Amino acid sequence: MTGGAATAQRETRASVEMFSEAPSSGAHAPGLWVYLLVGVAFGIVLTKSEVISWFRIQEMFRFQGFHMFGVFATALPTATIGVQLLKRRWRRTLGGDPIAIPPKHLGKGVRYAVGGTIFGLGWALTGACPGPLFALLGSGVGVIVVAIASAMLGTWTYGLLRSRLPH
Amino acid sequence: MFHPWPWYVAGPLIGLFAPLLLWLGNRLFGVSSNLRHLCAAIQPRRIPYFGYDWRREGGWNLAFVAGIVIGGILAGVVFRNPEPVAIAASTRASLGALGIHDFTGLVPRELFSWRMLTTPGGLIAIVGGGFLVGFGTAYAGGCTSGHGISGVANLEVPSFIALAAFFAGGLLGTFFLVPLALGALR
Repeated sequence: MTGGAATAQRETRASVEMFSEAPSSGAHAPGLWVYLLVGVAFGIVLTKSEVISWFRIQEMFRFQGFHMFGVFATALPTATIGVQLLKRRWRRTLGGDPIAIPPKHLGKGVRYAVGGTIFGLGWALTGACPGPLFALLGSGVGVIVVAIASAMLGTWTYGLLRSRLPH
Repeated sequence: MFHPWPWYVAGPLIGLFAPLLLWLGNRLFGVSSNLRHLCAAIQPRRIPYFGYDWRREGGWNLAFVAGIVIGGILAGVVFRNPEPVAIAASTRASLGALGIHDFTGLVPRELFSWRMLTTPGGLIAIVGGGFLVGFGTAYAGGCTSGHGISGVANLEVPSFIALAAFFAGGLLGTFFLVPLALGALR
């Protein structure tokens, strides 16, 4: 087998791993409009809570205000309790499918530490993570479309270099 | 409706989206995958990382993101808060020292405008920052929502590492790159 074929095979397997969580395209799967509506709600919360504000992000990273820390400190326990109850107690989706969350592979952990730090640099500069980028676009900050396009280019560059990066 | 929401209202609401998506259709809450889905939809070259059925894997998430844009329009334009973001006086002073004086919008107009794209400062913040967000989240396999909320809620070690790294990178960015970008404005 040539090196190229081996790489391609490894890449394919990794891609499948990443999306092995998507079993619910069966009869019970909600329509796309349901996810659209949930997204609308999320966009409203992101915008009204000002977590999409570059100023709030600066206030957080400079440790000069409690707002963002308060958001994280209440969002995380809520999400954790909800997810753990669903996993351990209820175990079923609305449509009756079993709930299965594929575990993330730690590996050497390099991707989380290095990739995470690189993302953090961008978070400080743009004042927005991916969700807020889209909310800001809706909020009328038109030039953010350039940041989104640039983020796509960044993701594409990762895809290009993936086999050469330590994970 | 026009006022911003306090952290103790917004935080718990934000936390509900991970369990809600899991309950609705076994979906993992996480926005950065959409950058990959969008690349996969365009597929400029045959890169294996983008060689999957993006409609099947990412259709729901792209619908979710389209919803976020609509939510931004509703909360940021239709029910726009007319007041400036009420950040701490010390943050105003810190940013003022760096050359930011317009605090009227959600983002500083002095940095985020079409005109600024032709300046080094605007390029660093908008194009450079965007690139780092896209590259970093793809490398780390998630962003604030996917790792910071979903992964942590599922008590996964990689996500705790990622969240700590997000913050470390944010501190480095705030104290080195942001002054660089704002210094380049002048």
